[in-house]
Amino acid sequence: MALDAKIPAGEMDKKWTDYKGHVKLVNPANKRKLEVIVVGTGLAGASAAASLGELGYRVKAFCFQDSPRRAHSIAAQGGINAAKNYQNDGDSVFRLFYDTVKGGDYRAREANVHRLAEVSTSIIDQCVAQGVPFAREYGGLLSNRSFGGTQVQRTFYAAGQTGQQLLLGAYSALERQVALGNVKMYARHEMLDIVKIDGVARGIIARDLVSGKLERHFGHAVLLCTGGYGNVFYLSTNAMGSNVTAAWKAHKQGAYFGNPCFTQIHPTCIPVSGDHQSKLTLMSESLRNDGRIWVPKMKNDNRSPKDIPEDERDYYLERRYPAFGNLVPRDVASRAAKERCDEGYGVGTTKMAVYLDYKDAIMRYGRIEAGKSGMVNPSDSVVYGLGKKVVEEKYGNLFEMYAKITGENPYETPMRIYPAVHYTMGGLWVDYELQTTVPGLYALGEANFSDHGANRLGASALMQGLADGYFVIPYTIGNYLADDIRTPSIPTDHPAFVEAEKAVSERIQKLMSIQGKQTVESFHKRLGKIMWDKCGMARSEKGLKQAIEEIRALKKEFWSDVRIPGEIDAFNPELDKAGRVADFIELGELMCIDALDRNESCGGHFREESQTEDGEAKRDDVNYSYVAAWEAKGDGEWALHKEALNFEIVKPTQRSYK
Amino acid sequence: MNEVIDLQHLSLFLPNSYYNISIMTWKHFFTSSIGKKFLMAMTGIFLVLFLIVHAGINACIFLNDGGETFNKAAHFMSHNWIMRFLEIGLFAGFILHIIQGLSLTFQNKKARPVNYAFNQPGKNSNWYSRSMAILGTLLLLFLIMHLSHFYVGTKVALYGGDKPHNLYHEMQTIFSVNWIVALYLIGVASLFWHLYHGFQSAFQTLGIHHKRYTPIIMAAGTGYAIIICLLFALMPIAMYLGWIK
Amino acid sequence: MEHYHMNLTLKVWRQKNSHSEGKLETYQVKNISSEMSFLEMFDVLNEQLITEGKDPIAFDHDCREGICGMCSMYINGQAHGPWKQNTTCQLHMRAFKDGDTIVVEPWRSQAFPIVKDLVVNRSAFDRIIQAGGYISVNTGNAVDANAIPIDKKDADDAFMAAACIGCGACVATCKNGSAMLFVGAKVSQLALLPQGGPERESRVLNMVAQMDKEGFGNCTNTYACEAECPKGISVANIARLNSEYIKAGLSTEEK
Repeated sequence: MALDAKIPAGEMDKKWTDYKGHVKLVNPANKRKLEVIVVGTGLAGASAAASLGELGYRVKAFCFQDSPRRAHSIAAQGGINAAKNYQNDGDSVFRLFYDTVKGGDYRAREANVHRLAEVSTSIIDQCVAQGVPFAREYGGLLSNRSFGGTQVQRTFYAAGQTGQQLLLGAYSALERQVALGNVKMYARHEMLDIVKIDGVARGIIARDLVSGKLERHFGHAVLLCTGGYGNVFYLSTNAMGSNVTAAWKAHKQGAYFGNPCFTQIHPTCIPVSGDHQSKLTLMSESLRNDGRIWVPKMKNDNRSPKDIPEDERDYYLERRYPAFGNLVPRDVASRAAKERCDEGYGVGTTKMAVYLDYKDAIMRYGRIEAGKSGMVNPSDSVVYGLGKKVVEEKYGNLFEMYAKITGENPYETPMRIYPAVHYTMGGLWVDYELQTTVPGLYALGEANFSDHGANRLGASALMQGLADGYFVIPYTIGNYLADDIRTPSIPTDHPAFVEAEKAVSERIQKLMSIQGKQTVESFHKRLGKIMWDKCGMARSEKGLKQAIEEIRALKKEFWSDVRIPGEIDAFNPELDKAGRVADFIELGELMCIDALDRNESCGGHFREESQTEDGEAKRDDVNYSYVAAWEAKGDGEWALHKEALNFEIVKPTQRSYK
Repeated sequence: MNEVIDLQHLSLFLPNSYYNISIMTWKHFFTSSIGKKFLMAMTGIFLVLFLIVHAGINACIFLNDGGETFNKAAHFMSHNWIMRFLEIGLFAGFILHIIQGLSLTFQNKKARPVNYAFNQPGKNSNWYSRSMAILGTLLLLFLIMHLSHFYVGTKVALYGGDKPHNLYHEMQTIFSVNWIVALYLIGVASLFWHLYHGFQSAFQTLGIHHKRYTPIIMAAGTGYAIIICLLFALMPIAMYLGWIK
Repeated sequence: MEHYHMNLTLKVWRQKNSHSEGKLETYQVKNISSEMSFLEMFDVLNEQLITEGKDPIAFDHDCREGICGMCSMYINGQAHGPWKQNTTCQLHMRAFKDGDTIVVEPWRSQAFPIVKDLVVNRSAFDRIIQAGGYISVNTGNAVDANAIPIDKKDADDAFMAAACIGCGACVATCKNGSAMLFVGAKVSQLALLPQGGPERESRVLNMVAQMDKEGFGNCTNTYACEAECPKGISVANIARLNSEYIKAGLSTEEK
């Protein structure tokens, strides 16, 4: 099948307006007859379910958590971008569009990104109207901050809990529709397969995670809003339950998987403390605004950071990138930390960490404060005290979180940080309408591949999730459903449902019948290690080939030696996890295959074979300016389809931060 | 076939029953959790005011004039028709406060049918704030004793007696018994803790919580509870020990 | 920070499902690092149980960074354990020492029936939100975000109330099993913002009606909820809920 992105013709800034002006509509009476299934209730899912419910569609929404409010969008800290230009600092839709395409290292689809920038402003309006308590200035107007090194202040935020507040806004809109009877909510339900009839998505098989019973649900269309797959690395900043299962089932039913190897490694996370580690915690990127990152100049230096004199410290980011210093983009900062640790300069017990030091910032702020209050020659301890107060005000909650997790006082000893998997730019391939290659099956938010290219800018994930759910899908789904108004609800005793349920049931039976020796968790950890070591921050042909072999072996071992306790028809979290890990193993293989295919470095994807003389990432626009869309061909086999990327507006250049 | 399915689907999407209850009747209000608490707070504040009057009049005994002023005041309170009318309100206040308190307590017990095997409530709250029902029950028992000691006698004198009732004398008689004095002191102690929490709690229930006013309310409540209870405690003690004749 | 290892005795509530009887079971865990989180210690125990062929302990958890509100353990007689303003997932084993006995129970409330072991059903909270915890604004209806300036103090207070993660520690802690802190936080958030104005009265009436229907107890102002709330939601929000309800309840005309 040839890939058709269905990008509307016309000027870049007219495409979306033209599209909306000409798209097919469904009249209100017909909307009441149409059912839509929404899987996942994060920012994309909750906003889509609520908006479609408001329009009059009958929506069924599913989430595996105990309440839609728990989806992992809730954990986003920093903020949400929008081209409001409230600060009068030269921001515009074009600039946001431009920054996002460039930030994505020229691997995103321009038309989608432009639409994202266009609707970004409406998102803020909508959220404020819902009662989202964004930070405000004393005059009562919204406050903005800069983020991720952009030159304008376009990030809206609610302290360090922006994701939580946005999600609760979308959740409240969703619950309102539940109360009105427009949305039926299924919590503690996991989607285990897509049901296709005549090649078209017509429903899902879901498992009630409390009773363990399989259920069939019909829908005229199915929306997957199931987030990213960072947990394939076992350790990531994702929630424990975040998984690829829904997207993976869709993939196996014919939806192409776009750019699976594009993962974002976030540079400022709290490092691993030992083998027991179950997840990693992100420290907001804003910390790099004031902190200085360093390692000792001496290998295996076991001294306390306080005992290492200034001239024996290597501020490697400032050394390597004098222009941007500690503020280089996420991918660059992450790789530089890895390079130092790999060379043996790492710190902490595991030697896999670097210091993020606030001492200079505290003293600098302290001197400013002292100057403000007219002190002459204040002592160092006075200056320190004043500066500490300022830092506390700005980053207090982050420092507190660090102290809670590590038991160390970050005001006194430098924090230890290390990069961690954070976001996956890849996902189900979708066209301009967010439809996958399976008609009637859509993917929204992090679950799709579309807007961030090979690297996502800070504060853009929240924007994309809500853009897709509130302002894109309500239009584009009408274009599809308008042709479907004559299709009555299909009874779920249709053979396709029966068969799909049987297949799901058999797989569960098979998993339970293995009764081997190793726990699900142990397999997940091993998969994570392979992925992190060989398909993590740096990838090479040799490593990837090895990884593929290892993953195939692991898959075999999993299916012959996994041990799942409990029963099928009962609440059984281990069984839920087993299904997810089985899918992660398959995905891991595809990620390595994709990374192997893409013999260039771009964004979060760094191929050791493709670097400049001084070790920087080298993109190859001649050979790799495409979206890799993988079609599942059978067990462990895929076919590659390429969607060529044409840059009409933002012409690709090499990114440089020196 | 399709029709049947459609009906099933329809029932799936029917609005939930709890949507659109913006009707409000008195019954709605006073049977709601907050309505009940509102009643507790209002009657509580009313009883707080009553105690000021009660303590004020009883404090007349400290004039040490052989009970002359006190008896006059008591006579006024039991014979003046306005006071006797207010008495009905007082009883209503007591009864509402007691019944509502008991019903809330039972309801609250039902809200946690299985208790924790191991609990450390002391880590997050004060014992007296958690013990309002027990303190209240103690107070109810005390109240019964107290009424039988003083109220019944007064009423008998009012309707049946031929000579003026000497309440002061009655106090002296009753407070000469050591175990009764002890019971009164237990009653007063219960009252102290009940008021110590109840006073500020009533304002919280009425929705008054303010950075500047709440500390004042707290202080006033503490002061009130100390003064009132000290006065009441001193009465049996002073009489028993013969400080006042 | 000095790290150390410890052996612990755990007494954990085991209950097969909502219908069956439950009881405390005793487990031993060995060589637990002080750097582990409390849930990571449970991971170790569960791995151990699975290897021994026993049923692992079911517990709710997801983000493990203190924001999703899913984790919910009553640890040694306190919701989310001994640390203040902290969720179970952020509790670290530094809080305990070698040889300690730790009792772990599920949230106990009529309105939160037990699903299995330490997992409870908190959908009552969702239904309370459905009753009115929203502003009725359809997508696309909004005016410009800066069209209505909001007093910074009100916006900040609304944010502080909105920080609630809906974990249910307030209900679990309250001796009356009251949900007033949860409801108060949402009512406050929306009452403080001008956008919440139009539905202010019906919202508080409906949410309280639903709260009562779910079988939560009545607040007696012990303020234990505030002390145990992982997000430090203030009981000032309960006072605001009371005043909102009393005002609306006494002024709304009967239909």
